[in-house]
Amino acid sequence: MELNQELEALTQALSGHGVEENALVTTLGKWDPLEREAFRKKTPNLFIEDKERHFQRWDDHYARLLKHEFVRFKNTVMLWSMHPWERDARLVKEAIKKGKASYGVLVEIACTRSSEELLGARKAYHSLFDHSIEEDVASHIHGIDRKLLVALVSAYRYEGPKIKNEHAKSEAKIIYDVIKNAHKKPINEDDEVIRILATRSKPHLKALYNHYKDISGKNLDEDLDDIRFKEAVQCLCTPQIYFCKVLDSALKIDVDKNTKKALGRVIVTRADIDIKEIMADYNNLYGVTLPHKIQDIAKGNYKDFLLNLIARGSN
Amino acid sequence: MATLIAPTNHSPLEDAEAIRKAVKGWGTDEKVIITILGHRDAIQRQKIREAYYELFQEDLIKRLESELSGDFERAMYRWIVEPSERYALLANIALRHADRNYDVIVEIACALSPEELFIVRRAYHNRYNHSLEEDVAANTSGHLRQLLVGLVSSFRYGGNEINAKLAQSEADILHEAIKLKDKNSNKDEEVIRILTTRSKIQLVATFNRYRDDHGIAITKKLSDEASDDFHKAVHVAIRCIQDHKKYYEKVLRNAMKGGGTNEDALTRVIVTRAEKDLNDIKEIYYKRNSVHLEDSVAKETSGDYKKFLLTLMGKED
Repeated sequence: MELNQELEALTQALSGHGVEENALVTTLGKWDPLEREAFRKKTPNLFIEDKERHFQRWDDHYARLLKHEFVRFKNTVMLWSMHPWERDARLVKEAIKKGKASYGVLVEIACTRSSEELLGARKAYHSLFDHSIEEDVASHIHGIDRKLLVALVSAYRYEGPKIKNEHAKSEAKIIYDVIKNAHKKPINEDDEVIRILATRSKPHLKALYNHYKDISGKNLDEDLDDIRFKEAVQCLCTPQIYFCKVLDSALKIDVDKNTKKALGRVIVTRADIDIKEIMADYNNLYGVTLPHKIQDIAKGNYKDFLLNLIARGSN
Repeated sequence: MATLIAPTNHSPLEDAEAIRKAVKGWGTDEKVIITILGHRDAIQRQKIREAYYELFQEDLIKRLESELSGDFERAMYRWIVEPSERYALLANIALRHADRNYDVIVEIACALSPEELFIVRRAYHNRYNHSLEEDVAANTSGHLRQLLVGLVSSFRYGGNEINAKLAQSEADILHEAIKLKDKNSNKDEEVIRILTTRSKIQLVATFNRYRDDHGIAITKKLSDEASDDFHKAVHVAIRCIQDHKKYYEKVLRNAMKGGGTNEDALTRVIVTRAEKDLNDIKEIYYKRNSVHLEDSVAKETSGDYKKFLLTLMGKED
């Protein structure tokens, strides 16, 4: 291969989700010092030319980002090998530690898991961290999100199909009124809405979602301004669409590292559950298949691993 | 320790037949029913129900419901259903009752272990097609709701780790919250957070810390301040978490105090604890009142109801 082509391949190998290990081995691994210097000089976003002292150094920021890319495969493998309960418990712990930007993960886990899966995660959390999930959520999260989040992680929803339609209807109306008055009283202070979202069964909430559409003309999550409430409704009522949106945000080149992580998280946690439905919805929403998008954006072992997980999940 | 006296071996078929003989025809031989069912543990009672169904194609519970009546029937019903279903039943009744008895909800949430509570929640799903927290939330509001929903939803860490610094800081928070005479929303929410999420062992450490720092047990301080449903429930929660046997002794004592007798409370404590720790509760009762629990119950109740309760308490004829 010509040097310019190789440079291109190498730059590509180091920009994306994960790294192209093969290219690094076959290309970079063969270069002599001059070729490597040419590489450093021709990639100004990776290396900074120190003109005064005549050498090129790694851009610190990029180097830090690259560290995450190298380890992305390892993290995904670890996450996949874990028991689902440990997986969810660790994801919750990480989300609490990382702060507000990651609270969406708490909503995701609390709302998309079945009642027994969530119970399992709570048990595993005891074992791993000597605290209960609700304890840590309540003591580390202050401010307006706390009530909703504590309530969501503590839920043990009835999972049967029986619902009382009149209740679903009247509760849709209650939520509608609260949203209309949101300028006077913010929704995250409304105990009724939190009660409904955190205690009602999923079939009940889906019926409520439909009734809401009849009353308002719009979908409930569209009418909600507070991001956590929005996510909760999406996860509870239309989980596959929610996952599609998360995947779509993650499958971009220049996104922050939290958003990037979502790709591995969603695929690992849904591969055994509903990845097939998610892929179908993804195709409908975005006109491109999920494997195709992953092929474009992800690199190396990380990419191959994800594609494998999807392929086995959809058989 | 339990008070129930049950044989190690029994024949479910023989028991089922004996009970059938007792309920067949005119009238019912309550003595037989008490003698058999009052001396069987949960697993044995379940086997008898199955044997009865196999032999006679009838649900024993429904049969007893129609044959017995009054306080005796209610006590027997609660006794014969499976323990987790029993708690689900008690919780549901407490919520539906005209003057809602939130104490029962708090009791169930705090006296049971985290695993037992979860089994009760599952039983509640099966029996009522709702989650327990759903029904609690729909029947309460404000801080009381937050407290009760939090308590029944808790799945407390059950290990031995205690954080002494945390016990100190949270004892201070509780002290501040109780001190404020007016309804201070923030402090109340902190109380709720602590009581509904911390492990029991951590909470006991916190309550001890409170007593050491302020010279008075937190429960004593609360009984002065307890005015509305919320504060009463907080009081019950703390007492149950700290020492549920002492709490149950008080429930029994209050049930038999004064003019009338609170049969609901009497039945509830005796039926739910006979296989657990009613013996310890009896000892506490005797120490406190210088009267044996059996004697008090014998004085305050009568008929088959009395016989049944005494049997569960381990009294032999």
